[in-house]
Amino acid sequence: MEYKLTFKEYNEALKKNKLLGLKCNSCAAITVPPKMVCRKCASPDMDIVELSGKGKIETFTTVYVAAEGREVEAPYIIVLVELDEGPWIMGNLIDIDPSRVTMELIGRRVKMGHKVFCGDKYSAGDGARPLFSFET
Amino acid sequence: MRKVAVVGVGQTKFSGAQEKTSVELFAESAMDALSEANLKPKDIQALFLGNCLGDFTEGQGMVQAFAADNIGAFGIPANRYDGACASASMAIRDAFHWVASGFYDVVLAGGVERAATMGTSLATRTFAMFSDSRYEYPCGITFPGVFALLAHLYSAKYGIPLAKLKEQMAITSVQSHRYGMLNPKAHFHKEITMEMALGSLMVAQPLQLYDCCPFSDGAAAVVLTSEEKAKKLTNQLVYIIGVGQASSGPLANQQEYLPRLRAREISSKQAYEMAGLTPQDIDVCELHDCFSIASLIAAESLGFFDFGQAGEAWEKGEAAIGGKIAVNPSGGLKAKGHPIGATGAAQVYEIVRQLRGECGERQVEGAKIGMTDTLGGDGGTLCNLILQRG
Repeated sequence: MEYKLTFKEYNEALKKNKLLGLKCNSCAAITVPPKMVCRKCASPDMDIVELSGKGKIETFTTVYVAAEGREVEAPYIIVLVELDEGPWIMGNLIDIDPSRVTMELIGRRVKMGHKVFCGDKYSAGDGARPLFSFET
Repeated sequence: MRKVAVVGVGQTKFSGAQEKTSVELFAESAMDALSEANLKPKDIQALFLGNCLGDFTEGQGMVQAFAADNIGAFGIPANRYDGACASASMAIRDAFHWVASGFYDVVLAGGVERAATMGTSLATRTFAMFSDSRYEYPCGITFPGVFALLAHLYSAKYGIPLAKLKEQMAITSVQSHRYGMLNPKAHFHKEITMEMALGSLMVAQPLQLYDCCPFSDGAAAVVLTSEEKAKKLTNQLVYIIGVGQASSGPLANQQEYLPRLRAREISSKQAYEMAGLTPQDIDVCELHDCFSIASLIAAESLGFFDFGQAGEAWEKGEAAIGGKIAVNPSGGLKAKGHPIGATGAAQVYEIVRQLRGECGERQVEGAKIGMTDTLGGDGGTLCNLILQRG
C-alpha cells in the first residue's frame, strides 16, 4: 500500500508556504500532519488537499532552554493552533516578543508562513514547520 | 493466569552525573533485588530492561545483553524497552504477563539511565526525540515545552488564573522535596520553598526550574515470580494485581482530550479493571511528576481528584502522606530523581517497600494497595501497575 502524502512531499510544499493535508473519503475529516490513515476513522482512503494555514491559537509556550545546537534560536514561541479546517498543528509564532507572552494569546487568529529547521546529525535531513503571525 | 509476586527490589541512590557505567549501576540494583529474594543470578529465566538513551550517553546499545552476562545470568533471553520515561514500567508489565501465563517462573525486570551524565544540552536534545521528529522537533519542542503547552491549556480550560495555578504547581514540588529529605535513595536532600520555586529560572513559560524534575543517573530492579515460588522464598508477599498500558500519537493528534492524556485513562482503566478496584481503593501512588503540572494532570486522570480540582486538593493536603491519597512519598521524580529508563522500577521499589511497611518516616500507615504511573513523551506511552500486600 502506497503512503499517500509523505513527509518529503509535505515538507517540500511547506517550504513554498503551502500547507498540505489529507481529506478522508469515508468521514470527510482533514488529517494533518499527514498519516497513513484518517486521524478520526482510520480509513486509508484519503485525497491530498491544500489547507488555508489559518486558525486560532489554542495554547503556547516560550522556550528558554533549547536543545543542543539550537541555542541561538532561544527564546522562541511554540504554539498549538486549531486550523479552520479542524485539526490542530504545532508551529512557532512571531510578531510578538517571546518574553511578553500572556494568556491573551489563546484564541488569537493567525495565518501561516514557514521556517526551515536545517537539521542536525540526528535528524536525517531538514524539516520545515509552520511559522504563524497574527491575522490582522 | 496465575498470581505474580514481587519478591525482591533494589535501587541505586539516584544522583547527578557519576562515573559508574549503566551496566554497573543495573548490576548493583539487580544483585540487591536478588539477594532480598533469596535467589541467585542463575535462577533468572529472562531479563526485561528499560534503557532509552544508552546509545547517546555511553555509545552503548543492547545494554540488556551485557547486563545479563555481567551478573551471571548467562545465556538468558534479554529484552530492552524504550517507552521513554515509561520504559521500566513496560518491562515490569511484560515480565508480569510472562510469569502470569506460566511461561516463566522467575523474571528480573527494571531499568537504568545516565541522563545526568549526558549534560543538559544533549539531554534536552535526546529527550526531545520522544516527540515527533518530523512534525514537532522542527518547531524546537523540548520535553518541558510539551508540559508548558499543557499548563497554559489547563489554566484556560478549567478557568484557573495562571498565577494561582503556578502556586498550586509549586506546592507539588515543595511537598516532593520534603519527602525526598526522608528517602536515602533520593537525588536531592534539600527542601525548597514556594518563594524559591516562583523565583527560579524560567525554562519554558510557565515552567520554572523547580517545576521540572532533574536529569539523574541511576538504576532499579525487581524480581517477579509465581505465587507458588514466592511463598517458598519470602514471608513478605506483595502481588501485582493489575496492569495497563496504552499509546498515543503526537500532541496535535490528541486535540480532543488535551490537557488530559488519553493514553493514561485507557491504561489506568485496564489496571483498575484487572484488579477489580476503583481509585478510592488506592492507598499510595507513585505517579509521573516529570513536571509539577504533570502531577495535577496525572492525579485527575487516575481518578483521585475531579478534573481541574487537583491543585486545590494539594493545597488542602489531600495528596500528602496522611491525606486522601499519599502521592509520591518517595519524593517523586522531582526530588527522588528521574533516570528515565529506571523510573518505573523505582516507583515499584517504593510501592513494594510501602506495602511491606519498611519506609520509616515516610511510611503511609496501613498501606495495603499501591499504584504506579509512568508516562513517556507527549503521553506517547503510558503504563500503570497496581500492587497489593499479600
